Amino acid sequence: MVRVAIWGSLRAATGGRAEVEVEAGNLRELLDRLAEAHPGIRPQIDRGVSVVIDGLVYNDSWFTPVRPDSEVVLLPRIVGG
Amino acid sequence: MARDDKPEAEGRVFKIVGTRPIRPDGIDKVTGRARFGADMSAPGMLVGLVLRSPHAHARIRGIGTARAEALTGVKAVITRADFALDSGDIDDDDLRDILHNVMAHDKALYDGHAVAAVAAVSAPVARRALALIEVDYEVLPHVIDVDEAMKPDAPVLHQGRSDETVPAGMSANVMHRFEFGHGDVEAGFAEADVVIERSFRTAATHQGYIEPHACLASMGPDGQADLWCCTQGHYMVRNTCAGLLGLDASQLKVTASEIGGGFGGKTTVFLEPVALALARKSGRPVKMVMSRDEVLRASGPTSSTSIDVKIGMKRDGAITAGWAELRYQGGAFPGSPVQFGAMSCFAAYDLKNVQAIGWDVVANRPKQAAYRAPGAPMGAYAVESVVDELCEKLGLDRLEVRLKNASRDGTKAAYGPRFGRIGLTATLEAAKAHPHYTAPLGPNQGRGVACGFWFNFGGDTCVTLNVNADGTVGLSEGNPDIGGSRAAMTMMAAEELGIPYERVRTTIADTSALGQNEVTDGSRVTFAVGLATIKAARAAITVMCARAAKIWGIDEDAVVWEDGHAKPAGPNAGQFPPMSLAEIAALYANTGGPIAGHHEVTAEGAGVSFATHLVDAEVDPETGAVTILRYTVFQDAGKAVHPAYVEGQFQGGAVQGIGWALNEEYIYGADGRLQNPGFLDYRIPVASDLPMIDTVIIEVANPGHPYGVRGVGETSIVPPLAAVANAVSAAAGVRLTQLPMSPPKVLAAIDAARG
Repeated sequence: MVRVAIWGSLRAATGGRAEVEVEAGNLRELLDRLAEAHPGIRPQIDRGVSVVIDGLVYNDSWFTPVRPDSEVVLLPRIVGG
Repeated sequence: MARDDKPEAEGRVFKIVGTRPIRPDGIDKVTGRARFGADMSAPGMLVGLVLRSPHAHARIRGIGTARAEALTGVKAVITRADFALDSGDIDDDDLRDILHNVMAHDKALYDGHAVAAVAAVSAPVARRALALIEVDYEVLPHVIDVDEAMKPDAPVLHQGRSDETVPAGMSANVMHRFEFGHGDVEAGFAEADVVIERSFRTAATHQGYIEPHACLASMGPDGQADLWCCTQGHYMVRNTCAGLLGLDASQLKVTASEIGGGFGGKTTVFLEPVALALARKSGRPVKMVMSRDEVLRASGPTSSTSIDVKIGMKRDGAITAGWAELRYQGGAFPGSPVQFGAMSCFAAYDLKNVQAIGWDVVANRPKQAAYRAPGAPMGAYAVESVVDELCEKLGLDRLEVRLKNASRDGTKAAYGPRFGRIGLTATLEAAKAHPHYTAPLGPNQGRGVACGFWFNFGGDTCVTLNVNADGTVGLSEGNPDIGGSRAAMTMMAAEELGIPYERVRTTIADTSALGQNEVTDGSRVTFAVGLATIKAARAAITVMCARAAKIWGIDEDAVVWEDGHAKPAGPNAGQFPPMSLAEIAALYANTGGPIAGHHEVTAEGAGVSFATHLVDAEVDPETGAVTILRYTVFQDAGKAVHPAYVEGQFQGGAVQGIGWALNEEYIYGADGRLQNPGFLDYRIPVASDLPMIDTVIIEVANPGHPYGVRGVGETSIVPPLAAVANAVSAAAGVRLTQLPMSPPKVLAAIDAARG
């Protein structure tokens, strides 16, 4: 299981939990399982998220591996100017 | 790549990267040969102009175009009805908002909102035609200020757009709520010896690019279209315009012109879909160029904000808790960058207890666009001001306190993740050791310090590198060159290939030449396009090694590339004289055909960047006028590919931040109309307002890039608002909490403090 940190305003969708666990081997599975387990997160996933895996920010690469001991943090999608 | 991986670049000795060759676009730009957006023309070209709402908020009951269409010389008049897709056909909220911003539908939402457009044989005819368009407006109440817009009885721009994060009972102008942080802030405040809470306000500012938006559109009766425009991302322009006009992406070829500044403001479309719609309707090429008035009224400035910050500190300078609530209006549509303000405002600090709340709010102003590190400078301003005041109150050294609390490798950031390799403490140590920090100050002078952070970004990237028969190299990339990317890509290609800088030419290809490329934003290009360039060069090297192996009759694996030559890997591989790139290139037709390298990637792993700024300011106590006396930027670049460009980014960010801090602001009248849509009244700093901006480049390699590069374009605008505010507050002897700190505001604060 991969532990995923959830930002504050998204915790309403996880019953207030700051961290949830999902079974995932890559980024795509992680987002799919998150949305299945916590449907309230889906609108934000559809709006866009970034996922920090072991300190590096990923936006789109579905097949980025995620290990059970990876530190995974969900964030609003990061863009710039 | 795990954050503790050793950077590939560590210990590498560079030959070209890190030097300062002449920029490839320099001669063209100083001689006038460079072609910007307004320099394009086509046979039979028409002039396109936009009719804009004079009202901040009005229902459009009807638009009469018959009189304008009847005017001799008018070839097309369009309204929202002329876009193939109406908002109901678009499934994407962002695209629907872009369409509504490009051309109003049922309501005009701000002063300057486009409601119709004409194409005519000349500008005078087009202007006369605009005057003949009859718009029946029902003027509605409007709201400009972010705090006013959040009140339950505020005029409402859109019903039903608030998302699931907004608590019931709030104004419909509140679109989204964000919250970040960890720990227990109340417990943290209870541990503090001093707690300071302050409220701050910042004005909306514009990126202030010198080149106005401009484009030339052409579309044939078969639907094939061409668009030339100044933009930060021509692939974005293609995709967006194709979506708004119902075109296939393959039918629309977009070519980016040279760009006279963007800073985030050219990451969306304004004129481009309008010009294409006019070209489609008229059957003629249509050129459109915004006036400065239009740029300021109807392109995308950044948010104005209202921010509360509370920070607790022990007597020894340890921060026990930080809390902030940020309210950003993003103009007439959802999408202010408040989440980035909330995520980044405490990023410089390793905090056990931290919470930041952000509110995205709409108001009757132009739809905000990104502006360098969107959202971050305002949050940093508020937090760094309170940290400064705590240091002052406790009699502590401002840099020592920042070092004591600084985020380091492995710190759990206030926005969630743990930092990998970061250079914040290196910037602070460099500032502490710099003579600027201890230089004496005179009367009415003050010194300010502030730190800043930006995430940086990677994204879709596609590069092709062609080896020419004469041994030169052509590199094609798909990102408009805003901050020196042609020079940087040329340098990285030459470094990797082992050939002189002068033998590589980098071109910004049109949208038909390469695959998808993300907009030039997020400080991504030197990182992501650089990464792709290095890998494309390596792909070409693999081909060239294979060609040499064929010539020598040995295994490909037995050939290595060193200093621009293919060589046998060792004595067992055979005794062959090295072959240069030029020698291999000359034989391309005999050895397998043209030689090229490609790389296509969605680049991930951009490294974050921190900066520390030092500034000295003098306040005239009689007038409130502020003079910036000295300014030094310390920033982590990971690896500075072309240090002169990196210094330019540091200086540019500082200067724009100084303008934001001291003078720049959108000023609205009671009627909701912008009062200062011109550079005489919207005052950006000019050279005579500024000292030389000194720079110190820190290099803490980013493990996610082969050379260790981090983006540098955005972090540099994050600290100056706070640094200047801290300097001015020290000089004036009173804490200033509103930007801009224009002379009347500074004088009023001084007078109030004197009682």
